[in-house]
Amino acid sequence: MNALLEKYPNEIQMILAKYPSDRAGKRSAVMPLLYLAQRENGYITKEAIAQIADICEVSTTEVASLIGFYTLYHDEPSGKYHIQVCTDLPCALRGADEFLEKLCQNLGIKVGETTRDGKIIVEAVMCLAGCDKAPMFQVQSPEGIEYHENQTVESALEVISKLREG
Amino acid sequence: MPIKNKVSLTIDGKPVTVPEGTLIVNAAKLIGVDIPVFCYHPKMEPVGMCRQCLVEVGRPVIDRATGNPVLEEDGSLKIQFGAKLETACSTPVSEGMVVVGTSAKAVAGRKEILEFLLTSHPLDCPICDKGGECPLQNLTMRHGPGESRFNYAEKMHLAKKFPLGELIYLDRERCIQCGRCVRFQSLIADDPVISFTDRGRSLQIFSHSEPGFDSYFSGNTTDICPVGALTTVDFRFEARPWELCTTASICAHCPVGCNLAINLRREARSNGEVVIKRIMPRQNESVNEIWICDKGRFGYHYTQSKNRLTQPLVRREGELVAIGWDEVLSYVAENFKDAGQNLLTLASGRLSNEDLFNLSELTSGLGGKSALYTDMAGGDLVTQLGVGKGTNLSDLGKGTVILVVASDLHEEAPIWWLRVKQAAERGATLIVTNPRYTKLERYASQVIRYNYGSEASTILAMINTLSAKQNFPKAPKIAQGGEAIKSAAETITSAENLIVFYGSEGIGLEASQALAQACANLLMVTNHVRKVNNGLIPVWPRANDQGAWEIGFRPLPNLKEALQQYEALYIAAADPAGDDPSLADVIRNAGFVVVQDLFLTETAKLADVVLPAQAFTEREGTFTSGERRVQRFYPGVVRNEYKPDYAITAGISKLAELNVEAVPFRIFNHLEAKVPTFAGINYRMLAQVTEQWPIVDRGGLYYGGTLYANAQGLGVQLSLPSQIPSLTWPEVPGVYLSEGQLLAVPVTILYDRGQTVIPSELLYLRIPSAHIALNPENARFLNLTDGTKVQFTLDGITVKVRLHVNDQVPIGVAIVPRSLGVSLRSPTPIEIKTIESG
Amino acid sequence: MAEHILLRHRAIPGLDQIDTYRQNEGLIALKKAVTSMDPNDVTNEVKASGLRGRGGAGFPTGMKWSFIDGNNWPHFVVANADESEPGTFKDREIMEGNPYQFLEGVAICAYAVKANDAYIYLRGEFWPIARKLDQCIAEMEKAGYLGDKLFKTNISIRLHTHLGAGAYICGEESAMLDSLEGKLGQPRLRPPFPPAVGVYSKPTIVNNVETLTNVPMIINRGAAWYKTIGTEKSPGPKIFSLSGCVNRPGNYELPLGTTFRELIMDHGRGILGGHKIKAIMAAGASSSLIVATDEALNTPMDYESVPQLGAQLGSASVIVIDDSVSIPWLINKTIHFFKHESCGKCTPCREGTYWMMHLTEHIASGEASMAEVQLLHDVASQIKGKCLCALGEFSIEAPLSGIERFSADFESVTNKSNA
Repeated sequence: MNALLEKYPNEIQMILAKYPSDRAGKRSAVMPLLYLAQRENGYITKEAIAQIADICEVSTTEVASLIGFYTLYHDEPSGKYHIQVCTDLPCALRGADEFLEKLCQNLGIKVGETTRDGKIIVEAVMCLAGCDKAPMFQVQSPEGIEYHENQTVESALEVISKLREG
Repeated sequence: MPIKNKVSLTIDGKPVTVPEGTLIVNAAKLIGVDIPVFCYHPKMEPVGMCRQCLVEVGRPVIDRATGNPVLEEDGSLKIQFGAKLETACSTPVSEGMVVVGTSAKAVAGRKEILEFLLTSHPLDCPICDKGGECPLQNLTMRHGPGESRFNYAEKMHLAKKFPLGELIYLDRERCIQCGRCVRFQSLIADDPVISFTDRGRSLQIFSHSEPGFDSYFSGNTTDICPVGALTTVDFRFEARPWELCTTASICAHCPVGCNLAINLRREARSNGEVVIKRIMPRQNESVNEIWICDKGRFGYHYTQSKNRLTQPLVRREGELVAIGWDEVLSYVAENFKDAGQNLLTLASGRLSNEDLFNLSELTSGLGGKSALYTDMAGGDLVTQLGVGKGTNLSDLGKGTVILVVASDLHEEAPIWWLRVKQAAERGATLIVTNPRYTKLERYASQVIRYNYGSEASTILAMINTLSAKQNFPKAPKIAQGGEAIKSAAETITSAENLIVFYGSEGIGLEASQALAQACANLLMVTNHVRKVNNGLIPVWPRANDQGAWEIGFRPLPNLKEALQQYEALYIAAADPAGDDPSLADVIRNAGFVVVQDLFLTETAKLADVVLPAQAFTEREGTFTSGERRVQRFYPGVVRNEYKPDYAITAGISKLAELNVEAVPFRIFNHLEAKVPTFAGINYRMLAQVTEQWPIVDRGGLYYGGTLYANAQGLGVQLSLPSQIPSLTWPEVPGVYLSEGQLLAVPVTILYDRGQTVIPSELLYLRIPSAHIALNPENARFLNLTDGTKVQFTLDGITVKVRLHVNDQVPIGVAIVPRSLGVSLRSPTPIEIKTIESG
Repeated sequence: MAEHILLRHRAIPGLDQIDTYRQNEGLIALKKAVTSMDPNDVTNEVKASGLRGRGGAGFPTGMKWSFIDGNNWPHFVVANADESEPGTFKDREIMEGNPYQFLEGVAICAYAVKANDAYIYLRGEFWPIARKLDQCIAEMEKAGYLGDKLFKTNISIRLHTHLGAGAYICGEESAMLDSLEGKLGQPRLRPPFPPAVGVYSKPTIVNNVETLTNVPMIINRGAAWYKTIGTEKSPGPKIFSLSGCVNRPGNYELPLGTTFRELIMDHGRGILGGHKIKAIMAAGASSSLIVATDEALNTPMDYESVPQLGAQLGSASVIVIDDSVSIPWLINKTIHFFKHESCGKCTPCREGTYWMMHLTEHIASGEASMAEVQLLHDVASQIKGKCLCALGEFSIEAPLSGIERFSADFESVTNKSNA
């Protein structure tokens, strides 16, 4: 009946085991389960929202509300790999804005757009705690998150071309 | 409750003494000091989000060494003010506190917050439904900056019509993110089907439920919304608040007796008639506080239905044709006089006390018999063992046990559900006893499941469990209960207070009589009778069933037989042929049938005379709630083509030379003289009001519209007779199933297809189609799936409906919702077959 | 260079392996605490050390632990690993390089406040770090340092990682607790504070990663030893995250009380590209701008001295700004951050950061008049002191101090448009 539960019975058990077993504790599993659901397609489907609500005994509205609040959850399909460049103050002081601009130029897209093959979306994000290794970016993919620091446009393009191949 | 210490302080120079823990904003309200609020609402814990209530707070300086307050040179207390303004909504008072809301700093703080709110607000007051009763508008008039420092071009533009569902629309530009609606839905209604999403300036309300904003309490959010962001679909752009006049009423949908305010307007587009524009709650802290359910709010549309009867009808040559009032009343009076003791009056609890009393006077005057049309019994026991005078569900907490038997309160009486839930949250012990899951179980300390048909024996088993230890009498032929029953019985016997709600989940008249008696016995043997916050509350299907019992109406054990016996039938506010098609022939064959109703019901179609009656919104009267509170309602819409039931009956009586009053207060005076439990009550008392907390009507309008205020009466609870009834052991009816049969049981749902619901177009999407529900296991066994069309026979009539498969239905049972197309008045074995597709 | 207490991995390769960690004073403190100390003694030792919270507020850690409500159970510990302040990247290095010392600190804290379960709330971007910590926790369980019946006592301590999902506000402790409960991360009204009503409405101690990483060494070597580092009122080592226009940005573990000059000029090897230092932000984007005078550079970085410059030390995230940087551009950057991260719960922050963003964009673009600069100052001033949590209050530090202390920068951008 619950596709998410059927697909990841062990992972879900491990997640639930972290928190108290009462109603309040079960709700804590919503965020980890949203990550789990996002693994599927890189975004969270309506069905997944209902499945998470069912597992955590909360309303679908309570699950869906988090997707809009937290920036790492996506509720619609976009590029498979989110190239998220930090352009916050410390990185900007070390050339992050220029880095982002040139990177986008090279990819032929604007910030926030997805490349034509649908694989890469480039976004400007807030501080990623890599201020001393600017310019830097993270790659958010369905599998997880990876940091790339002390970057040049060339090294970033290399990372991107590897992602496209993989 | 522990008595709290009193604390004295001053607010804007005015002294006030309030209990410890009182919030500054509430202390200010008591002495008429205006502190503006948006996010704060006295029915919910403070959250301090909107920051509008900022005040300066000073506290006495305490000498650390001595622990004594430090004094100024003039001997007054030395007061230390904090560096920051504080939120009055979340700061509790303390001894010697000095609160200042009028200083330059506090006033500036208030203006600044207001300016922030207005930077995002569309200021579309001229077309806003809240205009005229909007605290934001009022504050802007008083403190608002004359011109905007915010560049208008940079205002965020958002959806003006964002449906949260088909009942409630959100104007996202007007929303000031106070979160009252979200908190109401999650904390009070426990239907967290709306929430904030996104963040920062984009923070907004949305719903992800199906259907949208899926809650029986959704309309309340439009009342507590402090701006025009949430509106009900049927009021949106319908009228300006200042064009409306208000009449006080009582909800006619269920036995809770919610106090209503009906908003009316005379309007050109209704041909100059006065019409209802909206229905809102009216504060009665002992009944509904400031809440109503959506059925009460949106269900009134039936009173304005185009299908209402508009003139008396008489059968001429087999057809019902129009006739004048004078003529028809004499015709009826003649026939009733002729029938004499062969007159049977059948009336339901949809009628007021006055209507029922007049019906009873007419009928007994002619020597006939009056009976209550109902499938639920026990009102006589409630008269004796109902809740004690002064009982208020809001007072219940620790020490009280609430037992709910055979009732899905969320469906049958949503406001009782809300108040029982809150009592449980305050510490009352809730025991829910039902054959299947109900939403109330979430708050229960104990849940007891029984099989349909075993409701009375479950309660009797509790008594027998106790009898083993204590010198209690013992119910014969009933076994002792298992562990769950034992533990419930022990909790009940040691409870300081015990309230028992009993309903009609899965049972008909006979079984409910047994259940009521069993509950009455439980109250008696555990000595929870004749006391405040103790007693029996019946979850009647209609608003005034209890009034009917008090006046002496009793159900007929065998309705079909009775209908056959009498020559003349006077059927008021009842549709036996519609509810049970097998009664149609009996009614058709009766000598003379008069039906008095709002609509041309199935029964009316069979009548010799049809009399159009007024709806509760068109007349005055009183209802007696399940808590035995008698409450007055007043006329709103005046429509002369129909008459109030009491007046019709009085007209017939007069022509039959009987002395029956035609004016409500006089009828009530007669009733008071004749019915002992009404002794000492009159209309004036019913209209009296004492101050209620929270204060919702003074200045500011911060807690909702203008209409919460109750100036028209809080009602009076009936007293209990001095005698406690003797213990009688009920006969528990048995139900026997043959091989291959399922037990069809009737249950109540809030939105059914009854005459007082179905005309409301707004609720149409929420009203299910005709169906029965089975457990997946039974469905599998019968090779049936969800949505299949099935058929079965009931009382010789073939029924065809859709099947719902639901794992909360017990095995072996077919759930049949009442008034949803399948007539089932008591548990009946059925055999379900598929209808071949084609 | 003195011995590292927190960034010990820099001198000890492989410290993120449990065996190496155990060979280097690791996990002795936890065993010592659980087997030979009363929970209150642990709290008292931490109190005596003078350790103050390293997350920004500088609240005495031992005192916070002693506030835990003993009449309401169970208790919880939440480690704040949400590190999201622009310019802060110290907790990340600790967790990557010296994870066991941090986890040991969490476990000792749990023992001291009688909690069985402790959550490590990491910002969502620290996904790989969470995986690493999960492995470390498993190693510790395997070695008998976590789990039930620790060291044959009746003590149970379990650690769990929990990932946020991209919201700066979750670094605010009450918002973090709501987020941990699966809700929108929005701050709660306080009081009550977490030691009375925390996660799941139960008493909870919330401490920053760096704070907790100090604890094993305090228990191991004693409060008296700890107090020999730093100043009298601000004892102990502190990791300074140095970023911006310096030659060698990075984390520097130094005693509290080290001067700005030593950090920037010695450790950071001076200003990038031969520019001159113009301003310092000592607490990341939440800082007011310190004019980089000689006096400021000579100021010791501790909780008492930095406020004398009209600023706060906060989490000691020192962003260096050189003379090529326009202050209007800078405040536009910080306001964008706060507008993006405002949770929207309280009016002044939700509306004020949105309003300020429009103003700073306009001002930074060089199209504004001085009246708009004044308006920005007014709007920032009217946010001040009215917000539900500190985020809103942080948002105004840079614009207010920028306008007040670097007025020439504003005159130059507005003059341009007037010309």
